[in-house]
Amino acid sequence: MFSYTFHWNQALKALPQMLDGALVTLQVALLSMVIGLALALALTACRLSGNRILGGFATAWVEIARNTPALFQIYMAHFGLGNFGIHLSPYTALLAGIAFNNAGYLAENFRGALKAIPDTQTRAGRSLGMTPVQAFRYIVLPQMLRIAFLPVTNQMVWAILMTSLGVTVGMNTDLAGITQELNARSFRTFEFFAIAAVIYYLIAKAVTLGARLLAARMFRY
Amino acid sequence: MIEIQNVRKSFGSLEVLKGIDLTVNKGEVLTIIGGSGSGKSTLLTCINGLEPIDAGRILVDGTEVHAKSTNLNKLRSKLGIVFQQFNAFPHLTVLENVMLAPRKVLGLTKEKAEENAIKQLTHVGLGEKLGVYPTRMSGGQQQRMAIARALAMSPEYMLFDEVTSALDPQLVGEVLDTLRMLASEGMTMICVTHEMKFAREVSDRVAFFHKGVMAEIAAPEALFGAPKDPELQKFLAATH
Repeated sequence: MFSYTFHWNQALKALPQMLDGALVTLQVALLSMVIGLALALALTACRLSGNRILGGFATAWVEIARNTPALFQIYMAHFGLGNFGIHLSPYTALLAGIAFNNAGYLAENFRGALKAIPDTQTRAGRSLGMTPVQAFRYIVLPQMLRIAFLPVTNQMVWAILMTSLGVTVGMNTDLAGITQELNARSFRTFEFFAIAAVIYYLIAKAVTLGARLLAARMFRY
Repeated sequence: MIEIQNVRKSFGSLEVLKGIDLTVNKGEVLTIIGGSGSGKSTLLTCINGLEPIDAGRILVDGTEVHAKSTNLNKLRSKLGIVFQQFNAFPHLTVLENVMLAPRKVLGLTKEKAEENAIKQLTHVGLGEKLGVYPTRMSGGQQQRMAIARALAMSPEYMLFDEVTSALDPQLVGEVLDTLRMLASEGMTMICVTHEMKFAREVSDRVAFFHKGVMAEIAAPEALFGAPKDPELQKFLAATH
């Protein structure tokens, strides 16, 4: 019934090339998380500021990031902005799209974490003479980051998987891009994508495990 | 000296302080008793400016707490407050809890802040718990840590807002002992409390609040021995 013959040797020969791609994947995902975290903190600050324009801007960002496909967000960064004469390379567009998405989800994680911290914590800090900013920085923020740590890890895994969408804007140096090119040349689709899937799986697992070890070291309370 | 002059305060349509006049002198221990909703806790949070007031004024050593020009953060380092809920900072060790504000607010060096924190923690009997996280301690220990944390700011006045109300009965004693120790050292204190025996033995004066009014204030022997206000008589009959 099957007439397909597996050619794993041919596919495995390309493994070093694919692992190079995996490094690019990891790099894009990490950068998108760093940028996403910084943006999410800024969005959280906007929401807490009490300013309607800043708050509205942050809410709009979160709404769009969480309720439209990541694929569209990356498309917009590459082709959409291209219409306005802003030309981002596939790498930059992919990074921008994922960072935009990350920021939205992470800001929402932070909001949930903040809700779990009682107001009395801030009050106690203020009663000791701290300014609102000091009370936030030294009392609320560290607790918020701890509560949000696991959701942030999830988002990191999600960011790694989202990088594969780069293929649609012509990204050809990451794991998905390289796999797609190898596939186009050899038509060994099953073998190449199976190997790529295993690599994605291992990266995601390594990140989760690493995060767990990090959490055990960082959070002693 | 803390001077409270005709202070009024409402939450929505509910007036919780209906014109309070009260002066607390340096070195004095004043306790405030009364039923829940009598306004006694609200008064404390107004004294250190955590709550705004609607009318009247509160002066701490001549500085008007609610004046726009007052630097509240600076004033608060003079006024330690400890709440019913201990409000330990869970992400910091006991030592770090006590060091945080002196470092960030008073600008002490790490060494100075640590030395001071160890002194305060030893003083309240927590010298063995420096590296422990508060969630691993009993409520009584957490509350004593909160007292040490307030004392580390070298306040001139201490405000205690029902500090034993959230504690298991067997832990109340250790916290009251800490308050007794502070009182005997001459700290100026205002204690809102439900512990009548404690109020009787430690206070210079006791004030009875009822429905936003200070119904009676007197030395403890007089207030507990010969209460004049009918509401106070009822209150004491119910609590004894």
